[in-house]
Amino acid sequence: MSAVIEVHHHDDHHHGPAKGLMRWVFTTNHKDIGTLYLWLSLSMFLLGGCFALVIRAELFQPGLQIIEPEFFNQMITLHGLVMVFGAVMPAFVGLANWLVPMMIGAPDMALPRMNNYSFWILPFAFAMLASTLLMDGGAPNFGWTFYAPLSTDQGPPSTTFFIFAVHLMGISSIMGSINIIVTILNLRAPGMTLMQMPLFVWTWLITAFLLIAVMPVLAGVVTMMLMDIHFGTAFFNAGGGGDPVLFQHVFWFFGHPEVYIMILPAFGVVSAIIPTFARKRLFGYPSMVYATASIAFLSFIVWAHHMFTVGIPIAGELYFMYATMLIAIPTGVKVFNWIATMWQGAMTFETPMLFAIAFVILFTIGGFSGLMLAIVPADFQYHDTYFVVAHFHYVLVPGSVFSIMAAVYYWLPKWTGNMYDETLGKTHFWLSFIGINVLFFPQHFVGLAGMPRRIPDYALQFADYNMMSSVGAFLFGFSQLLFVFIVIKCIKGGKKATDRVWEGAHGLEWTIPSPAPYHTFSTPPRLDRQEAHG
Amino acid sequence: MSEQKNKANRTAIKLLSVACGMFVFGFALVPLYDVICDVTGLNGKTSGKTSGAAYLQGQAIQEQLVRDQEEPGFDDDRQVTIQFLASNNASMPWEFRPASRTLKVQPGKLNMTTFYARNIASMTITAQAVPSVTPSRAARYLHKTECFCFEQQRLASGESLDMPLRFIIDRDLPEDITTITLSYTLYDITQPVNDELAAYQGYKF
Repeated sequence: MSAVIEVHHHDDHHHGPAKGLMRWVFTTNHKDIGTLYLWLSLSMFLLGGCFALVIRAELFQPGLQIIEPEFFNQMITLHGLVMVFGAVMPAFVGLANWLVPMMIGAPDMALPRMNNYSFWILPFAFAMLASTLLMDGGAPNFGWTFYAPLSTDQGPPSTTFFIFAVHLMGISSIMGSINIIVTILNLRAPGMTLMQMPLFVWTWLITAFLLIAVMPVLAGVVTMMLMDIHFGTAFFNAGGGGDPVLFQHVFWFFGHPEVYIMILPAFGVVSAIIPTFARKRLFGYPSMVYATASIAFLSFIVWAHHMFTVGIPIAGELYFMYATMLIAIPTGVKVFNWIATMWQGAMTFETPMLFAIAFVILFTIGGFSGLMLAIVPADFQYHDTYFVVAHFHYVLVPGSVFSIMAAVYYWLPKWTGNMYDETLGKTHFWLSFIGINVLFFPQHFVGLAGMPRRIPDYALQFADYNMMSSVGAFLFGFSQLLFVFIVIKCIKGGKKATDRVWEGAHGLEWTIPSPAPYHTFSTPPRLDRQEAHG
Repeated sequence: MSEQKNKANRTAIKLLSVACGMFVFGFALVPLYDVICDVTGLNGKTSGKTSGAAYLQGQAIQEQLVRDQEEPGFDDDRQVTIQFLASNNASMPWEFRPASRTLKVQPGKLNMTTFYARNIASMTITAQAVPSVTPSRAARYLHKTECFCFEQQRLASGESLDMPLRFIIDRDLPEDITTITLSYTLYDITQPVNDELAAYQGYKF
């Protein structure tokens, strides 16, 4: 814990990174660690995408063609776990590492050594998780929600490795969050008040508090599983006096805040990009901050809406229904503010802006289907159908993932010093946009018609929509190779970026040279009105 | 500069203790859940040995008996239908059924019925029955004075047993509840029980 930032007292402020591979292993530089996180996230995104394509290939036609149902279950489990814990969360932590110090005028993260640890835990965690595929009995096969008793009494032997992998991911997230909060609270440039911070910093501050509050609960629930499996306790075993429904309560007490952990930083990214390309200040900055905080608070008191059908007294169902619907209000405030920011703005549509606008539209669709799911009597119909799959993929893929891509396009010139290829970027956007809608929109319809989730085979009447979904999946999946190409091409070279990069951008990160030097803000900057947010 | 460093360390330690506190809170949810289930009858849990509230339940019955004596002449002529269900958890190889599927009972009166169990497997099996009441609102008003679910049941291969259940429906049962379903699921707990015995007695099964 004593690894707090050591300020470089040497005269030489501009020394670069160490040479060779060990630079990356031992680095405590926030930019290096941000880069590591982003590469890990990209590789996990491609791995999780491969799992998804195996699923969609099997579902291309009714009947069992390619894989066994047991392996199908392993695929859906690993797809969910890898995408949630490996792709989306590390991407946002990577963005936070790169951007938070640059946005608040800090020389580095507050606890650089811990920062290094929190990254390097992750490759081991995911190697352990992926290695379960090669074990006797196969990988975990109980879905990413690992409900007991599927994961306790009936889980494969590899479940223990899954539990330890989740522990490691949790430790990494908690350390990363502590670091982010300490940095934001202690290392802001002199004169920068909380209400002048960029919204990305605000959303991450709140997200980090959510992580600290719920990742330990996740660690607790997997520890209980571990004890049920190996030490003869009966937390979730009804035969021993436990209760499997308790598992669902504890899991979703973590799980619901978790879904906001994956979307709040996305709100921050979009709130940075839209004002830049609309060439206006963000509309309603204070209401954005309060809305984010309200969403975070509400996320703790709505968890049972994931389990309406397990048998909750009617008063409980009504409470969780209304509390859930309440979330639409702060979320609506945000969508309103983004639209009001664009209103009468001098808009241009570079790739980051295209992704940001698609985010606003498609995330709102996902939000509306969420409202439908919040209605208890309707949820009895929708529960565990493809409608749920369509809902959470709309908020996670064109929501979180699009915002991450928007962020990469937006800040890549600052990171590399080169502009990305705009034509290829727009091509990537349109392929992804079309792919994602062809992929997930039909799933609303098959879900409403009654197709259950998590099945490798389905009734004939769902065949056409599933075929469409699979075509969209392959289109979306392969378009991401173009994304990888664009990123690598931009790192290798391209048109030189100016310091400001975007005409309408403001904030401290745009006052430093492009590419951002290895060490920035060794002396705290003076924050002038022009660069302050809020 | 070192002042800033101390400040950062202090914040980090505070946050770490929040994280540790939340880990403990995760475990605290377990007893909290049991308490909430007892109070609200959530999830159809009856109070009884499995939820660790046998003592409290005994008190409730005492109170009821005292009240019956204080108000002689009391006559609740309501007829409540109680349905019995018996099912086996996965891989539980017993025959298990209620002696009667439904009873009509009067609130405040002591009733008795039995459940039949026979071990059709080739080895001795220890079982635990876990009750559940529907509607869950009624769980608080079902008092059991004797139940095979209070103890583990151990049957040798081929052995059978009529297992008694004595219960009182509380007179405070809400008027609108006319049918109560009491369901028992049998769980095979032979392995954990043997492990425990082996640990305590150096016994080998």
